[in-house]
Amino acid sequence: MITNSSHEHSGKDPFGARLGMWLFLFTEVILFGGLFVLYAAYLSRYPGEFAQAAHRLDMIMGGSNTIVLLTSSLFVALAVSALQRSEKTAATLFLLGTVISAMVFLGIKYLEWSAKIGHGIYPDSAILNEMARGEIIFFGLYFVTTGLHGLHVLIGMFIILVMLVRVRIGTVDADNFTQLEVSGLYWHLVDLIWIFIFPLYYLLL
Amino acid sequence: MDGETRHIISYRTLVIIWLALLVLTAITIGVSRIHLGPLNIWAALGIASIKSALVIFFFMHLKHEPLFLKVFLLIALLTLAIFIGLNFFDVLYR
Repeated sequence: MITNSSHEHSGKDPFGARLGMWLFLFTEVILFGGLFVLYAAYLSRYPGEFAQAAHRLDMIMGGSNTIVLLTSSLFVALAVSALQRSEKTAATLFLLGTVISAMVFLGIKYLEWSAKIGHGIYPDSAILNEMARGEIIFFGLYFVTTGLHGLHVLIGMFIILVMLVRVRIGTVDADNFTQLEVSGLYWHLVDLIWIFIFPLYYLLL
Repeated sequence: MDGETRHIISYRTLVIIWLALLVLTAITIGVSRIHLGPLNIWAALGIASIKSALVIFFFMHLKHEPLFLKVFLLIALLTLAIFIGLNFFDVLYR
């Protein structure tokens, strides 16, 4: 257990900062929630066609990315604990682990999308337009949802990279780690969204 | 909340949570390969919710946050549930 300096003295309000980040995360949940509602509504209308389209997705790539993101979340959580204990080197290494995981995730996503586009499956492609209506909707939602999620991974990666540098140079430390904590919250949200994307898109029967 | 005392979650706890998340991922994949009809989607959502709870309570430290923040999260999730529920009220009974 450690005690932060009172915000009355430092002018800082760590709880307020975390509350603000959680509030922002709720808006993100509603943003992705809208896409999941569309998914659910069309799944109920075209269950067979959704399943058929889902079989075209690469479960190995989706599964690998699930493991990569869960691990990246672990690294961020470890980094926060490390910094709270003033273990600066460990915190830096854990954050490096997160950044590398994010790069691996985006690399796998690149290969996955390349394979899809290589097979002529991308929004409004001739091959996709020949498919059943449910399949067209499935792939439309797939590209929008995983694309928006991928954008979040990219943004999160840069935020974590900035935190890594700040921990390294000492502007974020055991007495001043709220920035790292709220950055971590954002990163965990990216992981949370993927926890739902993976079974809904890649594992649908 | 002034000069708040913060709890440090041990490496051990975090690694155990991570292992639990990996096991749940394996279970999701396993369950998804068995034909259960409409139950498949509910099993997938159920396991994803358990995984989310682990991430939220341990990785995101919600377990050690004040009740206020927990209620805040509950309200947000209820809002989402109402949003989804009302949509289905429309979609299913058209």
